[in-house]
Amino acid sequence: MSGQGLSEIELQIMWNRLLSVVEEQAQTLVRTAFSTSAREAGDISAGVFDLKGRMVAQAVTGTPGHVNTMARSVGHFLDVFPIETMKDGDVFVTNDPWKGTGHLYDLVIVTPTFKDGRIVALFASTTHLVDMGGVGQTPEGRQIYHEGLFIPLLRLANAGDMNEDLLAMIRANVREPVQVIGDVYALIACNEIGSRRLVSMMREFKLADIEDLSEAIIDRSRRSMAEIIAKLPKGAWTASMRIDGYEAPIDLVATVRIGDEMIHVDFTGTSGMSSFAINCPMCYTEAYTTFGVNCLIAPHVPNNAGTLDAVRVTAPEGTIVNATHPAAVYARSVMGHMLPDVVYGCLDQAMPNRVPAEGTSNLWTLNLIAGHGLTGIGSKAGSAFMVNSFHSGGAGARPAQDGLSATPFPSGVRNVPVEATEAITPLVIWRKELRQDSGGPGRQRGGLGQVMEIASREAAPFGIFARFERVKHPARGRHGGGNGQAGRLSLASGKELPAKGLSVVPPGDRLIVEMPGGGGMGAPAERDPEAVARDVRLGYLSAEAAKRDYGPAGD
Amino acid sequence: MSTRTRLAVDIGGTFTDLVLSVGDATTSSKLLTTPDAPARAVIEGARAILAEAGVAASSLDLVIHGTTLATNALIERKGARTALITTRGFRDSIEIAYEHRFQQYDLYMDRPAPLVSREWRLEVTERLAADGTVLLPLDESDIAGLVEILRQERIEAVAISFLHAYINPAHEEQARALLAAAMPDLSITISSEVCREIREYERTSTTVANAYVLPLMDRYIAAMRAGLTEMGATCPLLLMMSSGGVCTVETARRFPVRLVESGPAGGVILARRIAAMGGYDRALSFDMGGTTAKITLIDDFTPQQSRHFEVARAYRFAKGSGIPVRIPVIDMVEIGAGGGSIARVDELRRIVVGPDSAGSEPGPAGYGRGGEAATVTDADVILGRVDSRRFAGGKIRLEPRRSHNAIAASVATPLGIGVEEAARGISEIVDENMASAARVHAVENGKDTAERTLIAFGGAAPLHAVRLARKLGITRVVIPRDAGVGSALGFLHAPIAYEVVRTFLVRLDRLEADTIDKLFDGMREEAAAVVRLGAPSGDLVETRTAYMRYRGQGHEIAVPLPASGLDPAALRAAFDQTYGRLFGRIIPKLEVEAVTWTLSLSQPSEQAAQQAAPPAADPPEPGDHWRIVDSGSGETVDALVFERSRLAPGMQLSGPLAIVEAGTTTIIPSDFTARIAADGEIVIEGDAA
Repeated sequence: MSGQGLSEIELQIMWNRLLSVVEEQAQTLVRTAFSTSAREAGDISAGVFDLKGRMVAQAVTGTPGHVNTMARSVGHFLDVFPIETMKDGDVFVTNDPWKGTGHLYDLVIVTPTFKDGRIVALFASTTHLVDMGGVGQTPEGRQIYHEGLFIPLLRLANAGDMNEDLLAMIRANVREPVQVIGDVYALIACNEIGSRRLVSMMREFKLADIEDLSEAIIDRSRRSMAEIIAKLPKGAWTASMRIDGYEAPIDLVATVRIGDEMIHVDFTGTSGMSSFAINCPMCYTEAYTTFGVNCLIAPHVPNNAGTLDAVRVTAPEGTIVNATHPAAVYARSVMGHMLPDVVYGCLDQAMPNRVPAEGTSNLWTLNLIAGHGLTGIGSKAGSAFMVNSFHSGGAGARPAQDGLSATPFPSGVRNVPVEATEAITPLVIWRKELRQDSGGPGRQRGGLGQVMEIASREAAPFGIFARFERVKHPARGRHGGGNGQAGRLSLASGKELPAKGLSVVPPGDRLIVEMPGGGGMGAPAERDPEAVARDVRLGYLSAEAAKRDYGPAGD
Repeated sequence: MSTRTRLAVDIGGTFTDLVLSVGDATTSSKLLTTPDAPARAVIEGARAILAEAGVAASSLDLVIHGTTLATNALIERKGARTALITTRGFRDSIEIAYEHRFQQYDLYMDRPAPLVSREWRLEVTERLAADGTVLLPLDESDIAGLVEILRQERIEAVAISFLHAYINPAHEEQARALLAAAMPDLSITISSEVCREIREYERTSTTVANAYVLPLMDRYIAAMRAGLTEMGATCPLLLMMSSGGVCTVETARRFPVRLVESGPAGGVILARRIAAMGGYDRALSFDMGGTTAKITLIDDFTPQQSRHFEVARAYRFAKGSGIPVRIPVIDMVEIGAGGGSIARVDELRRIVVGPDSAGSEPGPAGYGRGGEAATVTDADVILGRVDSRRFAGGKIRLEPRRSHNAIAASVATPLGIGVEEAARGISEIVDENMASAARVHAVENGKDTAERTLIAFGGAAPLHAVRLARKLGITRVVIPRDAGVGSALGFLHAPIAYEVVRTFLVRLDRLEADTIDKLFDGMREEAAAVVRLGAPSGDLVETRTAYMRYRGQGHEIAVPLPASGLDPAALRAAFDQTYGRLFGRIIPKLEVEAVTWTLSLSQPSEQAAQQAAPPAADPPEPGDHWRIVDSGSGETVDALVFERSRLAPGMQLSGPLAIVEAGTTTIIPSDFTARIAADGEIVIEGDAA
């Protein structure tokens, strides 16, 4: 191997510094990006690559959806634009869901870094844009063509000259052109910061290239992952989980094989694609699967080509977790968020008492809207608005801890304050509180969901674009733990609403969103009676449910 | 001001520092903190230091006091029995928090429990809309119903936080009046007074934190005041705030949450003064002690301010794991990097340093008190940077053998390298960690660390400052005199100041100029009422900031406003300028809105005149030679050793050398020079890397 030219300490210092470089790159992007998910959820990615297209370092950011999607994406760029053809000042772009990060809303930008006239590295970054045209932020698209502007792998700047034709095309196709173009520049700028910091690091450490350093980091990472995996029990384990789906229930089936140096996760047996936009491209399936595995076996290991290659993910083409063109994929997170749960179903058999029970997993993002064509015709639709407010149900119980209430997993988003939502819309949120009895009973209780009750101050309707899971099929407990309570979407006047697609709340009525609870862990009878009594005292559990679910201990 | 007789007292977790300033002379002392009765150490220490200086208590002009008591009460959960009263449907806001996992890869993460348990979170019927109109009036019978519960549960303090109270405080004030009438001894904090700002979780959290520490701080400050009066000191007592300003006893007793983290703020005030004296308009304050390092940007002699702060982080240094308080603070990035930070090797065979610390008990392996952990201090010992006989003024006798063995066991052997090389790795990694945090902090603020002056204090800082500087592209480092009592020294120079905040969400294109003037008039009146308690006369400096954003964004940026002429065009221009600086571009046609406004009134900062360079003087004979490993190159050099007490202004020295004093050692590598400036500071300069 190369990399022997570096002393142990030099390698360590430079590795540390590279992680700092991509962290600066990422922070530049978080600060400048426009979309709520970028700012509130850190739904961005930033990393540095060697000239072989291998990711050497990636910033730790908020959501796992980009864990290795962006890493793969650089390889696709190099296939079209070989290293030797790249010039200083070039910038490349795509939002291809299959070669980028899973849907048209994510833009990937790649910038080559030059030092003393020679290309030395590539920086890549991704963020979720405010808009990409098409039918908008709804799971109701039927084909990728409905979902907006598709940008193949293209040159965005040629030796410093921006491709104005492409920018004009983007501007003409999106609802918020100023913000979208602003984000394009934010991505370019963050790669520039990364490049500049890398070049000054190379000068400080007197490096002509980073190939030895990259080789050493990736090799060290690969060997360490192999050592970690070698200590795990060997074998193959299969688990399945049925979820609501859109038009029909979906079975997610995974088989985890732990080999001597690698883990292979295969989704054979999983249901086929949906007609709606909950299909998941393979790259995004890889991201959430790898994230789930790594949380368990290597939570402190940084992502790079060496660590990510230790987990191999496959799925038959045409399954909902390896959706093919022209499937609609906008809401691919609905599927992606469920994958760690089914992977944990396998790993729980291999390594009992390590993984959590199933949780809400899917985000209960309230995408609330009003406007012509959506909630009525013309002025009868009410004042037009659109807000995206992230919220979460309960997470699964852990082997020695209750599940987290109203907390996302595997996603890493933050909520939007009620006061902030009310300040920019005519909405009033009358209630936002933990949902009693929603946590699955168990020795460790599942996390509680929450209830929100929403009305408009205007005598006008408003709508919700729903894409909620765990309404028909709740989060299941493990090892005797009970299921979490299923979610529910309804009107205060009584009518139940579908959990996927657009529903309109009539004037004067209220929308009631009851978010699911997480599954329990272990038999409820084994729960510490004091914990049951505390749950009742604090109102997490009603006296009736305590009696029903925990028997004598609940009395 | 400098001719007056002043006493500064800083109560820290372990030590209580006192500094007495009479004219231009200062004397200092260090005592152990007495956690059970903290005022006692202060009063005893004050008597002693006054006696030693031959100053009568009655001739004191001012006592300035900073304390970690409020912070400790929050960390140790030792505050009052506190209840929270919220709008019906929202008692869980403080528990649901941000609905966030602050440790993304940690399946076993737990969020810290709220300060108020759910059974004491009570709801009343009332509701305001976002524009302040009443959707539901306050149901007075609900309040009456709560009184019985509060009595039964022996509640000492109540926090009231209603939705949208930042725009209309009427319901909170009405609820407080009703409660106070029924329970006159109850201490009540309302959100519209302590944090009049949008975002219910953070406002409620701040309100609860204030209520939680209020009874304790009220008793403490009263005891302190009484103790001073008893010993004959009838002068005013001022309290240090986290903003770097001081306030009167009255204000401190109402808003004790503003006193958290006041000690570190004092250190930054000292750094600010050093920057002013040296004319360093772009500086970086660097405070490194036993467990943490704290870094602050100081531009144009003004420390960077913020309104985001988290107390009692459950996961050391993890953003989002603590109790958020929205108060004016000096913006510090805190890193788990200190002398006691523990080094180990992770599963990728990387050296990891901190954030966990061996603390002072049992402390680093080299302390010989039973600690096994290899720490930064142990690495410094192996690299030859500290005199093992004189560490911490000789109070701790280091045992280099133990440092050697600990580093061998936890780093060198696992990596198959020598102990000296491992020690260099530990030192370099901790310096990289601090440099990385500083750079990211600067980037987040649209600034850069390069070419600043690093002002370093705290026991471990002078050992690492030059190496850190080099990693940040900094070529000048200043080590102040008496850096061990830096915070208390800083207190002496803190201005009386107070900041008021209001949320008033408005689009600039719909704003009428006199609306903002009226808003600021009201805020000025409120701030003046507080500041004039301590500074009845004299000029005050007014600073106004608007927190603004493009419409559609979720976060605001702090925009400094001009002193006059606040029409919408001027606001837009100020926004564009700040946005451009932070992000390198503006977005011309997008609407801009302002969300929150602050106004602060402050005494003018003491004019620390830039000091002329002292005449050159010959350096004394070096005391000794040390073999020091240069952590940059890994080479061993022969360094001259000087006693700091023997160095006088005007002396010039060339590296490699070590300057030793009771609390610490300043390490100067071969390509740097040192000179002693007028006030005894060591100024270290070199070339850019």
